[in-house]
Amino acid sequence: MTITQSRPASPATTEPPLLEADHVTKHFRVRDGAGGTSTVHAVEDVSLALHAGRIVALVGESGSGKTTLARLLGRFYPITGGQIRLRGAAVTGRPDKAYFRSVQLIFQDPFGSLHPGHKISYNLERPLRIHGHARGRTETRRQAAELLERVGLSPAEDFLDKLPHELSGGQRQRVVIARALAVQPDVLLGDEPISMLDVSIRLDMLNLLARLRDEEALALLYITHDIASARYLCDDVAVMYAGQLIESGPKDAVIQQPMHPYTRLLVEASPDPGRDRADLLGTSAEEDDGPDEPPSLIDPPSGCRFHPRCPFAMEECRRRLPERTDLGGGHWARCWLHQKGRTEELIDRD
Amino acid sequence: MTAAAEDLLLDVQGLSVTYFGDRPVTACNQIDLQLRRGEILGVAGESGSGKSTLITALTRLQRPPAATTGGRIVLHDQGQDVDLVGLSEEELRRYRWNTVSIVLQSAMDALNPVLRLGAQFADVIRAHDPKLKTGDILDQTVELLAMVGIPADRVRSYPHELSGGMRQRAMIALALACRPKLVVMDEPTTAVDVVMQRRIVRQILRLRHRLGFAVIFVTHDLSLLLELADRIAIMYAGRIVEIGSAEEIYRRPKHPYTRGLRDSFPPLHAPLRTLTGIPGSPPNLLRLPAGCAFADRCRDVMDVCRHDRPQLLPVDDQLAACHLYHGTAGRPASGADTGAALSR
Repeated sequence: MTITQSRPASPATTEPPLLEADHVTKHFRVRDGAGGTSTVHAVEDVSLALHAGRIVALVGESGSGKTTLARLLGRFYPITGGQIRLRGAAVTGRPDKAYFRSVQLIFQDPFGSLHPGHKISYNLERPLRIHGHARGRTETRRQAAELLERVGLSPAEDFLDKLPHELSGGQRQRVVIARALAVQPDVLLGDEPISMLDVSIRLDMLNLLARLRDEEALALLYITHDIASARYLCDDVAVMYAGQLIESGPKDAVIQQPMHPYTRLLVEASPDPGRDRADLLGTSAEEDDGPDEPPSLIDPPSGCRFHPRCPFAMEECRRRLPERTDLGGGHWARCWLHQKGRTEELIDRD
Repeated sequence: MTAAAEDLLLDVQGLSVTYFGDRPVTACNQIDLQLRRGEILGVAGESGSGKSTLITALTRLQRPPAATTGGRIVLHDQGQDVDLVGLSEEELRRYRWNTVSIVLQSAMDALNPVLRLGAQFADVIRAHDPKLKTGDILDQTVELLAMVGIPADRVRSYPHELSGGMRQRAMIALALACRPKLVVMDEPTTAVDVVMQRRIVRQILRLRHRLGFAVIFVTHDLSLLLELADRIAIMYAGRIVEIGSAEEIYRRPKHPYTRGLRDSFPPLHAPLRTLTGIPGSPPNLLRLPAGCAFADRCRDVMDVCRHDRPQLLPVDDQLAACHLYHGTAGRPASGADTGAALSR
């Protein structure tokens, strides 16, 4: 398993992506209090590519559209605009079995995503049978046992005949991952797969995901609000704010030298035991002024949606979200500072 | 770690809490804790470690089937020592809000949904000082809300009109309404984002500095406590297994569980290495082993750990309950000072 500083920077350019969102937009129609309807602009013009053997972390606050994007990629709902491509081919219409055979989703809550009335064996054998990977009772059970061993639940015989409630949260989440693997997908979409687990077993799960990437060349989308775990696990980071993707690149480029004011805020807000307490207290109260939370997506701010919270906000920011500025090595950001030649204002003085 | 007598605010001795269900479960076992005035004590533990039980016991908010089966919670206030365990509900009312207040995990459920924010503050403030005029109460409410960065016009808002982060901050302001000596916080930032979490933590630190209250802050997030707390207590299976300054817990954790917990948080900036977490899962409190509850997951386990439960005893500048440091076993051969590798 490789948890390293530097995996090869970006094979992205050489190999076509397995799964790709191309300028994807999703608007939901919701009923408002007055009996009319309004539109939630959940995902706006997002492009993101997943490659075999690489993990992309999608980070952002809750309500930023991370989960919606994962579900669009998992084709839980139709997209409003743009295109989703699997191995280069655009996917349209109702998703078929072939799509789900390639792309599987891991939900956040291991307590709610297994059938509580059925044994673990049933939960695993069903996808094996549905997707035609196993025939006959003995063969199916053997494969289910193999899956459990793969996710570190051994001896498998101890788990196959248990009901989900007899397992701990960590064990259940392993079963959820095993079930996704039963389908033999090429792409795994993990929607905060460890956030409901106890701290001491989270790393185990991250190491398991890293192993799947390294040994089976799975393409993985890891959704989280925990920047430190994203840095630990992933190769690339994509940052989402209020439905817009605002920065992306190799993890250490993005986390150590954020090139969008929002990414900088997010990294600075993340707990870091190495930080000085005085640093945390801040020097003045000024940072506490202004809106402190993501905007409503029913009536999102114009232009760059971060502008009401941005210390650098200019007239342009209110009008239009700028194009991506290529910062080299696969790192890009969508911020007017780069367009105006003011990049150095984002770089830490120390 | 004994504080000077005049400095001591809270002295918990041998506190035990049992849930009397079909089979009794002791969720807090012989807890000893001291809290100084103005100190922030962090309590870290995983689910089932007994940290929330400890909070409800300390604030005397527990309800059956939970019952305090032993110990004392001595509050040193205005020259008097009061054991909260012995007090009736009526007597406890004198201390609630005024001396000890609580901030619960979910502000959504803790604020009354059908009352405006101002009315809820007025209730608390009036309980503290029944003679106050309405205008003065409003002034105080506005001032309290301003302390946590909520604009004055929000006094007329209902809880559902506020964002999650704002509700949580309103709860903190409410807890401070009667200038308590101790504010107990049960995972106050788990339901909010990192950006809001940072802001709440910063406000707690600033307000503590200004008003001088002490805080007991309970969370599963050790990395947050390392930044926020002065001292940290680590709970495992209903007991405190280590307690020491935040600096010591981070740099030189003594208990193998503390070490494992610390190493379960990947660093944000320091060089990455493969971390292993802690193998296994926390024990079932119904079937606790005879010796150390952590023995089955411990890398340094010895024979003595299987049958003898270690006591919480001084090790260097902190307290730890581990046989590695006490008795015949001597010092551990490995791992005790891995903190150096993590520091920048």
